[in-house]
Amino acid sequence: MSAAVEHSEEHRGAFSSRKVFILAAIGSAVGLGNIWRFPYVAYENGGGAFIIPYLIALLTAGLPFLLLDYGLGHRYRGSAPLSFRRAHRSAEGLGWWQVGICFVIAVYYAAVIAWAARYAFFSLDKAWGDDPEAFLFGDYLQAGDPGVGLDFVSGVTVPLVLVWVAVLAIMALGVQKGIGAASVVFIPVLFVAFIALVVVALTLDGASVGLDALFTPDWSALGETSVWIAAYGQIFFSLSVGFGIMITYASYVGRRSDMTGSGLVVGFANSGFELLAGIGVFAALGFMASASGVAVDEVATDGLGLAFIAFPAIINEAPAGALIGVLFFGSLVVAGVTSLVSVIEVVISGVRDKFEMSRIGASMAVGVPAALISIVLLGTTTGVYVLDIIDHFINRFGILVVAVASMLALSWVFHKTGLLREHLNRDGSVQVGTWWQWLIGIVAPAALTFILVNEFIDNLQEPYEGYPTWMLVTLGWGLAVAVAVIGFLLARVPWRDSTFLGDPEVQAQKDERSS
Amino acid sequence: MSTSAIIMMLIAMAVLWGGLAVAIWNINRYQGEEPESVHRDL
Repeated sequence: MSAAVEHSEEHRGAFSSRKVFILAAIGSAVGLGNIWRFPYVAYENGGGAFIIPYLIALLTAGLPFLLLDYGLGHRYRGSAPLSFRRAHRSAEGLGWWQVGICFVIAVYYAAVIAWAARYAFFSLDKAWGDDPEAFLFGDYLQAGDPGVGLDFVSGVTVPLVLVWVAVLAIMALGVQKGIGAASVVFIPVLFVAFIALVVVALTLDGASVGLDALFTPDWSALGETSVWIAAYGQIFFSLSVGFGIMITYASYVGRRSDMTGSGLVVGFANSGFELLAGIGVFAALGFMASASGVAVDEVATDGLGLAFIAFPAIINEAPAGALIGVLFFGSLVVAGVTSLVSVIEVVISGVRDKFEMSRIGASMAVGVPAALISIVLLGTTTGVYVLDIIDHFINRFGILVVAVASMLALSWVFHKTGLLREHLNRDGSVQVGTWWQWLIGIVAPAALTFILVNEFIDNLQEPYEGYPTWMLVTLGWGLAVAVAVIGFLLARVPWRDSTFLGDPEVQAQKDERSS
Repeated sequence: MSTSAIIMMLIAMAVLWGGLAVAIWNINRYQGEEPESVHRDL
């Protein structure tokens, strides 16, 4: 390998093996959405019949897109901005756009982990009492009127600071000793803890009622467009594709690794965990419905409502409630931390590559401002509203837009998918045919564009959750646009002279021939 | 649980968990090449 490429790789760090990479990638993909989003999406969209659109979405969009990210990062061996820059000099802005999105996500994602960590302790004495909803918004978050204030809530701020300290320590330790080592420990712990939770949930009275509600198929749902949109949306959001994470992680894997085989493991592990989450969550909801003498649809919910209102209510009623609470909220914390680490690594890696900074220097340069913004915006009585708006808009008009733009650009503008297919096939245990290029160039962008247009119309017609217009304009629409603009401006900053901007694979092959 | 719910649950398990098992079997069969040295993270 040439001196320039070698210099770059020595500084960037790498995973010690493919196994560590796979665990880190699973850690990124398996996040809060697997636990609190998939079960309800499946239940609402055909129950047992949902497996059909879900599987089709996985095979026609999720896995192909995952392999695109893997191919890009593995071929060009850089962070998202560097990989796009090496693919084509005009493509770098897409990488910085992804970096910006990750910075924004990291800021609010840490807050949810902090809440879950606090709730793991609340579970021990059921501190929320008989009314978990009033406790969440009143006693715990002390939520006031929507806005942006500076009234800090110590019960949120303190765990938030601790989350950031832990994450920055992992980041400062580096790719293998930090991210890799954390994944090797956390992912098995997460799977074991969640399996234990499922086993406990299945022993509860009424568990079968919940499972019946989740898996009874509604075949008529397959004729509804919204169900297919939900399947593609769930697959897309749960796989951590399209915003730089898998590009970055793939750049840390050995040059001759099997990326297609690894992609299948990550994709099916992610979906397999979602199924496990569905079983655990609906067994618990079935118990709650039976205990309350109501139907499952009256207790079924998702997101914050499931985690911080429905589960505390379940914990109140269930035998071994404290155990269920610690396992559930502990799983949320572990799944959240491994995902947060991957999100912030996209930013750190981009900054390191561009400015040739040290690992610790880049971790602090990125992590400290992110932590401060996170604490100021989310550690207050208005944090829950800020989180809700940013999460809603950056997912739809940040991640979705950049994902469609990067797929179309790589397929139709820079014409790189053929090269990436050859690269994936060179050492891949599973060969991808030209059909993969059609899925990436047409099917996946078409499906995501359809979702995007629907979301765009919905959000224009009805202001999200009735929040004040100024909040939606600044923290919602404005932030989503600003991230893209800043991304393309950052692409204009020149690279250091020592950064190799050619194709590392071409250079490596030249060197192998000459040696 | 109804029969249809049990069948769909078993199908989902077979497809997703079975798919994971096959994927793991596949990469174990095909070891590929591991990096010769772990680059320092400077």
